[in-house]
Amino acid sequence: MPVKVIIPTPLRPFAGKRDSAEFNAATVGEALGCLTAEFAELRRHLFTEEGKLRSFVNVYVNDEDIRYLAKEETRTKDGDTINIVPSIAGGIF
Amino acid sequence: MATGLQPLAGNADAAKLSKEEILRYSRHLIMPEVGMEGQLKLKQAKVLLIGTGGLGAPLGLYLAAAGVGRLGLVDFDVVDFTNLQRQVTFGTSDVGRPKIAAARERLANMNPNIEIQAFETKLSSENALELFKDFDIIVDGTDNFPTRYLVNDACILLGKPNVYGSIFRFEGQATVFGAPGGPCYRCLYPEPPPPGLVPSCAEGGVLGVLPGIVGTIQAMETIKLILGSGDSLAGRLLLFDALGMKFRELKLRKNPACPVCGENRSIHKLIDYYEFCGIRGEEAPAPAAQVPEITPRELKARLDRGDDLFVLDVREPHEFQICNLRGHLIPLGEVPRRVQELDSSREIVVHCKGGKRSAEAAEFLRKAGFRKIWNLKGGILAWSDEVDSSVPKY
Repeated sequence: MPVKVIIPTPLRPFAGKRDSAEFNAATVGEALGCLTAEFAELRRHLFTEEGKLRSFVNVYVNDEDIRYLAKEETRTKDGDTINIVPSIAGGIF
Repeated sequence: MATGLQPLAGNADAAKLSKEEILRYSRHLIMPEVGMEGQLKLKQAKVLLIGTGGLGAPLGLYLAAAGVGRLGLVDFDVVDFTNLQRQVTFGTSDVGRPKIAAARERLANMNPNIEIQAFETKLSSENALELFKDFDIIVDGTDNFPTRYLVNDACILLGKPNVYGSIFRFEGQATVFGAPGGPCYRCLYPEPPPPGLVPSCAEGGVLGVLPGIVGTIQAMETIKLILGSGDSLAGRLLLFDALGMKFRELKLRKNPACPVCGENRSIHKLIDYYEFCGIRGEEAPAPAAQVPEITPRELKARLDRGDDLFVLDVREPHEFQICNLRGHLIPLGEVPRRVQELDSSREIVVHCKGGKRSAEAAEFLRKAGFRKIWNLKGGILAWSDEVDSSVPKY
């Protein structure tokens, strides 16, 4: 079931400059797994060394934060959009 | 809805408009959604802008023009040439002046009927509560994580709304934090990224119009909060992609376990936000000190001697076009998969614009088994300062 993953500007340099990618995935975790399999450099930006999603990276299925759904186990359906939204400060650090 | 010229309660000056003000605000006054009642609310409002830069420019200009009665400005920076591409409060003749003085002058000229309070200071855990307490709304137009967490926590502790905007390259975010019952910045992002993991704005750049758009969205939200009308962005995170010209909206929920606004909050006073963000102070060395540094002068001397040095430039191709040291270009993000282009038997000098990205690349190469690696101290900017002033700085 194809889902679209939107890659935010700060992470595009690590994703071959792509702004989105589509994968057949039944859960958010699966889709992010496909994404980091295709773009290995993204992995350390999205996940900690223990494989946990980083706390300054939020993931939404359509407009819902997966922290308030089933986290990475959140089921996805055909046509869903996964938004990766890292914190940006707009500045010097 | 305004029904006439009934003055609101308050002090005499703030409770009515002069003839000049009535003319000035005519296009507000003839709108039923603002009217005399709304315009007087604006006149009695006290809004504090944190930062007078990219976001602060449209914020200051539009809020002053709209007649917000008291505008506080907090900044400690000086106008420089690289600001002028987006910080439209300032002109070329302001370069070198304190931003606060230049902004105050510009805004006072735009609207002499309002009171401008200029605070030429760096916002800190020591002064934030004192600065915020006399204002109704705080607007976050800052550019770094420590100040954003500080602004958030101070607003929550004082129960004041925080109109938030943030930008990166051609992407922006905006929302309202700290509305009654609404989420705060820590509900959205409990922790900041560790320094260096997300590319900084000084490296990443920002399209000049972008802070104009995001700042005006913040100005609009501020005015809506003052008027008490419309649907506030509280509880919604607005994402703006200027290149795709797309606005997206995500639900923002209050985190019941939030350490500052949750039921069992653990933060009851302001903390050290630099420590919280993992920044140990400007004099502290970068963590990747394993790779030796070479100064621009040393590099020049060695190149002049004809030493066999391979210069690796880890900036982006568009930066290479601005100026370069005729090095081999592999952008930082591509180093891991293009590492085979490098010969580990040769001495390699890695450089970027200022030395941070090259330190990261050099550390990566060191871990990958390269042993003869140098990091050019201060990058191409230092090269311009110390070796060849014909190399433009950007």
